[in-house]
Formats: sequence, structure tokens, C-alpha cells
Amino acid sequence: MSSPAPAVLEARYTWGGDEFLFVEVSESMSLAANFRVMSIAEKLSELELPGIVDICPANASLLVRFDPDVLPPSTLEETVRTIEGDLAHHHQQALETRIIEVPVWYDDPFTAEVAERFREGFHQEPGGSDIDYAAKVNNLKDAAEFIKRHHEQPWLVSMVGFVAGLPFLFQLVEREKQLEVPKYLSPRTDTPALTVGHGGCFGCIYSVRGAGGYQMFGIAAAPIFDPAQALADFKDFMVFFRPGDIVKFKPVTEAEYNSIQAEIAAGTFRYRQAPVTFDLAKALANPEGYNQELMEALNGI
Amino acid sequence: MAFDIKSPGLATTVQDQGRTGHYNVGIPQSGSLDQYSAELGNALVGNTAKEAVLECTYLGPALTTDQDAVLAVTGAPVEVKVNGEPRPQWTRLQLKAGDELSFGVIQGGTRYYIAVQGGIDVPEVLGSRSTYSLGAIGGFHGRKLEAGDRVPVGSPLDGGAVPDVDTVPEEFRPVFAKEQTVRIVLGLYDHRLTDEGLDNLLHGEWKVTPVADRMGLRYSGPGVKWKEREQPFGAGSDPSNIVDAGYAVGSIQIPGGTQPIILHRDAVSGGGYAMVGTVISADMDLVARAAPGTSTKFVAVSMDEALAARKELAERKNNARAALGLSG
Repeated sequence: MSSPAPAVLEARYTWGGDEFLFVEVSESMSLAANFRVMSIAEKLSELELPGIVDICPANASLLVRFDPDVLPPSTLEETVRTIEGDLAHHHQQALETRIIEVPVWYDDPFTAEVAERFREGFHQEPGGSDIDYAAKVNNLKDAAEFIKRHHEQPWLVSMVGFVAGLPFLFQLVEREKQLEVPKYLSPRTDTPALTVGHGGCFGCIYSVRGAGGYQMFGIAAAPIFDPAQALADFKDFMVFFRPGDIVKFKPVTEAEYNSIQAEIAAGTFRYRQAPVTFDLAKALANPEGYNQELMEALNGI
Repeated sequence: MAFDIKSPGLATTVQDQGRTGHYNVGIPQSGSLDQYSAELGNALVGNTAKEAVLECTYLGPALTTDQDAVLAVTGAPVEVKVNGEPRPQWTRLQLKAGDELSFGVIQGGTRYYIAVQGGIDVPEVLGSRSTYSLGAIGGFHGRKLEAGDRVPVGSPLDGGAVPDVDTVPEEFRPVFAKEQTVRIVLGLYDHRLTDEGLDNLLHGEWKVTPVADRMGLRYSGPGVKWKEREQPFGAGSDPSNIVDAGYAVGSIQIPGGTQPIILHRDAVSGGGYAMVGTVISADMDLVARAAPGTSTKFVAVSMDEALAARKELAERKNNARAALGLSG
């Protein structure tokens, strides 16, 4: 590995009023920090402690909502500190998860139309497209090379939230290969649903139409939030993504995008996905080699 | 039984105690912003605290009932009318089939509540009838009411038993003042503010701006200062940015150091702005009652004080229920 994993030091514990405990595992984003957050969240939910209302793992921090009438704050803090301590001694390195192929129409007309309406005063380079700008600030040759970098290597769902079902995505590559793009100068009041966006080091897929500040690169072809639960992938729950999911974007053409729309209308669309065990040590030691191994799980599905 | 909506009002939605357990995937709590007022409305008509009510914002609806109905209007002061005749607020009302309920101009605060015996009977989504408009779930088809809607009302509990007393005594009604003192627990990222910034937050005068809704309330005032730093990897470029994290309901963020925003029940569940403190649970209803222009002081309290205030509010609710002749 060319850059060492940033050390994960002891977390910072602080309160969000009398109903929220906030645990900042790290100030900066890293795979190791996100893995630690997810491990603490998993152990805490296994305890099924009465008085826990919500356990929300985020990129590099954890938010826990509790009912202080049932669970005193000090008891909750002690419990989470104990879990954190145990994890520091017994490195939990593997995560049982799944890899999912997400078809994307890059450089699509839907996001282009919206981008067109938010240029002057909103965008750093109002004269060009969001992808052109992203390619430039990442010192890449052109939009095509940026798109290639975007879908070639998979991403980890490091957090779900902002609005219902929106995944934050962290690409599984060395830090110096991470795509970083500033957010819009001022947020848009409109973003098409299923926009594939990017802000800072995070990718995302907008689950619903609405405000947004991330750069827009394309449109995901299939729903990720389905309150009607019409498609088979939403039978159990209206939100598709979970923290810890691994996403492999697959570029599709307009014709392929349209045929997916037909499958969705017919109710037959299924995401291509496969169960995988994600091993942190392997991911840190040889990201691209390990990604290859992970992506092979999608072969033949 | 149903209400027929003649005119919907500005933003009338179905709400209850809210939806928890799905914040980890970005589905917010929702629910009546002023829980105290909604709960006492339910108590007046013989409902439990769980029944769904209609939350009206500034401008209420005009509706008719297709059957005899028992209802009460609580919350912000407003002229209540049945068939055009004024009726008291915080008091149980009997409507006949075909009667029309409508409202005059709001006289303070922001939101008032229509509680009806049997509750608003829309389907539960993820354990709650509350409307989450952005995700288009819960409530009446996931949206605010529109003219022509037929809003279903449930069957009365306990055969329609109501409390002995039909009006909430004055002393148990909330005050809708033009000045508020809001108690907060400092924390989360308050260490990122300069001493001067923290001083401004706690000693400055802040005013609720018109940018205030179910997601949050924005305040104008002296602004604050953030400490300069080399931003951590993954955090945005502004000193008020952090690596995107979960947002506590009631937390205060100050993007760019200019206008604090208190996140309320429909707020986004996370994002990249540093929070500097959180409104205590006992004062969330108070914040919900603030109209634009309300002058606000933020006072820092300890966790123990926040818990004591929580207990006091629960006792006040119990005493109000006792004054109606209800137990517990």
C-alpha cells in the first residue's frame, strides 16, 4: 500500500442535547474510520439496549438517539466506550455485505438541463459542464477519462441519509487516487431524482428530487427509494441502500437506459447483486487487486 | 367518517408523535412540531396521545364533516369558526354532519392543531401517520392537503368517552410570545467556534427570519466566527464544514458563520455543516411556536438541567391532563 492507513485514535464523545450521543471516530474521512464506525454501530445494535431509538452510522462518526427516561446518558456512553475499547483490542476486520451493479447514463440530458439553469453565480466554471470541471480539477485529460475513473473501481456506501435513502459513497482506492471535486458555490434548488453527484471526496445518488450542492455527472437508471415498494428489490423495505453496501457503477447508453425504464415499468427490473465478505486489511493492502476480487462476484449473475 | 377539504390552507398536514427507527437511512422523525398543543387537543376529544391530528400553518383550512364530530383546536391563537360563528380555542367542540370549520387570521405563533375524536385515519407508514413531504410518505398521500381531499376520520375510542372538563385552563396553555429564551446543550462541534463566536451565540440577540418551516428555523443576528484550520480530508473547504455526519434533531448549525439554523422534525438527517449545540428536548415545542421576527436568546444549560426540564414538561402535561379530569 502506497499510503499508510491513517491511525484511528480514540473517539470523541459529545452530546446532541438530552436525546443524542455523537461519537466522532475521526475528523477526517478514511476507510478505516468508516469501518470502525460501522463496527461500533453493529455491536451496539446487537445489544438491543432498551431506550435506544436510532443508531446512525455516518462517514467518520456515529449518532445515537436514545430515550433518557429509559436509558441514562452516562450508561449509554459507558456502553459505547466499552464497545469501542473491545474493538480496539479485537480488530473486527470483515464485514458481511453485498456488491451491487448500478447502471448509470453518464453525461445525460436530464442533469444537463438542470445544470444549464444553475450556472452563473452557482458554478465555478459556468461555461462548461460539471464533468469537464471535475476532470480539470482532478488533472485528468478529459470528461471521458473522469467517467472511466468514476466507474472503474467500486465505492463503499459509507452513510445513508440527508434525505430518505440517499447513499454517500466513498471510492475504494488509495487517497491520492480519490476523486475530489468542490461542491457548487451555492446550492441548486433543483436536482433530478437519481442524479449521480459528487462533493468533496464523496459520491452520492440523489434519492428524491430537490435541493443539492453536489456536482452532477449522470443519472442512475433504476430507483433507489421506492415508497410504493413495487419492484422486487424493495419488497422488504422502501430504501435500497444500507451502510456497508459496495457499489459498482456500470455505464449504460441511452438505448440501454431506455430498456431499463421498460423493465421498471413492467415491474421486472432487478439489480445485479451478490453477497461478498469485505476484508478491511485486504482492501487497505492492495485496493485495486482486492476490488478485482470483489467485482468477480458479479460475474455470471 | 371524513372531512371534506374546501380550501386547504397554507400547509396543512397530517401529523402524530412521529416516526423513529429509520433515521439511519435518512427518514426523519416528522410529527407535530408543537407536540404539547397536539397532545392536549387529543386529550380534549378523548383520544390517546398517539392519534393523528391536522397541523395548520398560519392559514388554516376550511372543511366540512360528513358526520357529527367532536373536535378541538389547540396551539397558536387563531379565530375558530363553525358555520362562520366564532368558537373558543382549547375547548371541545361538537359539530353536526355538514357543519363547516374554518379559521380567521392567526394572532401569534405559527401552528395550530385540529384534533378530532377517533383521530385522522390515514394508513400508518413505518409505524406513523405523520407526513414526510420530501419523501412523499405518510400522511394523506405523502403531501399537504389540497382542495377536494376527503380525509378519513377514525372511530372513537372507548365508545367516545371524553374527559369531564371540556376546556384546557388558561394556566396550561402555552404562551406565544415575541421573545423567547431557548435552552441549549453546547457540544458536537462548539470547540470549533472562536471565544468571540461562542460569546455572540450565547449573548447576542437573534431573530427568527422568514426562512422557517418544518425542516428548520433560520435566525439572523450578530453572526459567529469559526476558528481557521487546515480542513481535514473529506470535509468541505469552509471552516464551518465537517466530514458529513448525522445531525441531531434540534441541533444548531451556522453555515459560513452567518445565520444559525435550528433543525426541526423534518430536517435532513445529516450533512457537512458543524453543529455547535442542541436545543433541549423540553424546548423543541417552544421553538416550533416561534413566528418570524421572534427575538431569541440562547442559554447554555448542562445535561442535568436538560433532564430536569424534560421531567418538568412531562409533569406539566400530566397536570394539564389532571385538570381535564384525566389520570396520568
